[in-house]
Amino acid sequence: MLLIRCPYCEEERPELEFRNAGEAHIARSANIAGESDDDFEKFFFIRSNPKGVIHERWRHMHGCARFFNAVRDTVTDKFIMTYKAGEPKPAKLPGVAK
Amino acid sequence: MKKYSVFAIAREAMRGHKGWEEQWSSPEPKKEYDVIIVGAGGHGLATAYYLATVHGITNVAVLEKGWLGGGNTGRNTTIIRSNYLYDESAGIYDHALKLWDGLSQELNYNVMYSARGVMMLAHNVHDIQVLKRHVHANRLNGIDNEWLTPEQAKEFCPPLNISKQARYPVVGAALQRRGGTARHDAVAWGYARGASARGVHIIQNCEVTGVKRAANGAVTGVDTTRGFIGAKKVGVVAAGHSSVIMNMAGVRMPLESYPLQALVSEPVKPVVPCVIMSNTVHAYISQSDKGELVIGAGTDQYVSYSQTGGLHILQHTLDAICEMFPIFTRMKMLRSWGGIVDVTPDRSPILAKTPVPGLYVNCGWGTGGFKATPGSGHVFAHTIAKDDPHPINAPFTIERFRTGRLIDEAAAAAVAH
Repeated sequence: MLLIRCPYCEEERPELEFRNAGEAHIARSANIAGESDDDFEKFFFIRSNPKGVIHERWRHMHGCARFFNAVRDTVTDKFIMTYKAGEPKPAKLPGVAK
Repeated sequence: MKKYSVFAIAREAMRGHKGWEEQWSSPEPKKEYDVIIVGAGGHGLATAYYLATVHGITNVAVLEKGWLGGGNTGRNTTIIRSNYLYDESAGIYDHALKLWDGLSQELNYNVMYSARGVMMLAHNVHDIQVLKRHVHANRLNGIDNEWLTPEQAKEFCPPLNISKQARYPVVGAALQRRGGTARHDAVAWGYARGASARGVHIIQNCEVTGVKRAANGAVTGVDTTRGFIGAKKVGVVAAGHSSVIMNMAGVRMPLESYPLQALVSEPVKPVVPCVIMSNTVHAYISQSDKGELVIGAGTDQYVSYSQTGGLHILQHTLDAICEMFPIFTRMKMLRSWGGIVDVTPDRSPILAKTPVPGLYVNCGWGTGGFKATPGSGHVFAHTIAKDDPHPINAPFTIERFRTGRLIDEAAAAAVAH
């Protein structure tokens, strides 16, 4: 089981309190009805599914119930950092080269 | 390839078993092949086998980064069934089921296919409606599936508790008698032996690190940890790593990879005569010929390539098993493991040509690909050989996520793998 740090509660809590909510930083178009089929497919179905660093959303369901973002390595399952929803994708990751 | 038979056993017994040959050879990779298959699991090896036997294409290499059959082929719970809801799924899964029957003879290798029946339990009125809908849809597609009363279910599977006092009372069941199990490793080994005997090169410990394309976009070969290997046709059959390989060719996929766990108990005398599933209690179980209870858990909730998963997922599954079968509450679990499954948004596979000329993909089998192994290999070999999909896999395109023509089997694939 993962230990996840909620950036709102500022505490590490067991995974059971959280729900994964998929890849982060996928913006829904303000004009969704006007999206082309290609762009809608990219938004709705295509995922980066990286082997390595992933940016993903979590929700602290059984805690503060808020959504936040996390950076995690999908090979080791180790969290690199978590940050609040709405904050930009971190340019530099702690403890990761390049 | 020397044929396996009772005479071969007798002959080898006479000379101290010194004459058994290797089941497949391990040649050095050539500079170029007609077709490269990425991934030596059941689906990839079956593809190579049918390329050789059906289409006469034997200049084929199957590249495997680890060892043969060491991915999801060796990690699944070996369930075979074809009772899916939609016509497209019925077509491909029943194509596979027909090939399972007789596969041991075809391969001259005992894959231990056992049509012991797959029984899906109903616990409430919604289950009854859904399962009866499946029964009728299957029968319209010529697939056997029948409705059982609780008493009939108990007769077919004696350890079942049909008491009305049970926490999840059994109010009926759908039974596919042709469903069952097979020996997963033997499927990979049998196809590998058959393919190797016809000239296919099986190259283990050879990881694909890049996909090379010409100026016009067409595939020219793959970079590997053992150097560049050329081919005008490349078939990606890499399960959880399919999107990683496809990314190397510049194709982004509608896939996410999750850990899926399973576990087995200590071996006991025969007690579970069939495969039993319950979508509502969220558990399924069967018994291997060694006597172990084979139990499949659900996926973890996050993308991962770690081939492991959370302990709470296993606990949840065992809770459900004990609810269904109180007699197993004191069973000891022997071992558990995880595999990485590639899941599509509609829970149906992708077996298709890709936007890249010469690149083909067979992926997205998610939590339930083992049952389809022979059929998947058969139609994927056709797709590669003819550069055109077989009618059976024609609906399973990548483009369906743009056109919206999905094959939504989320209900059929939710628990039962």
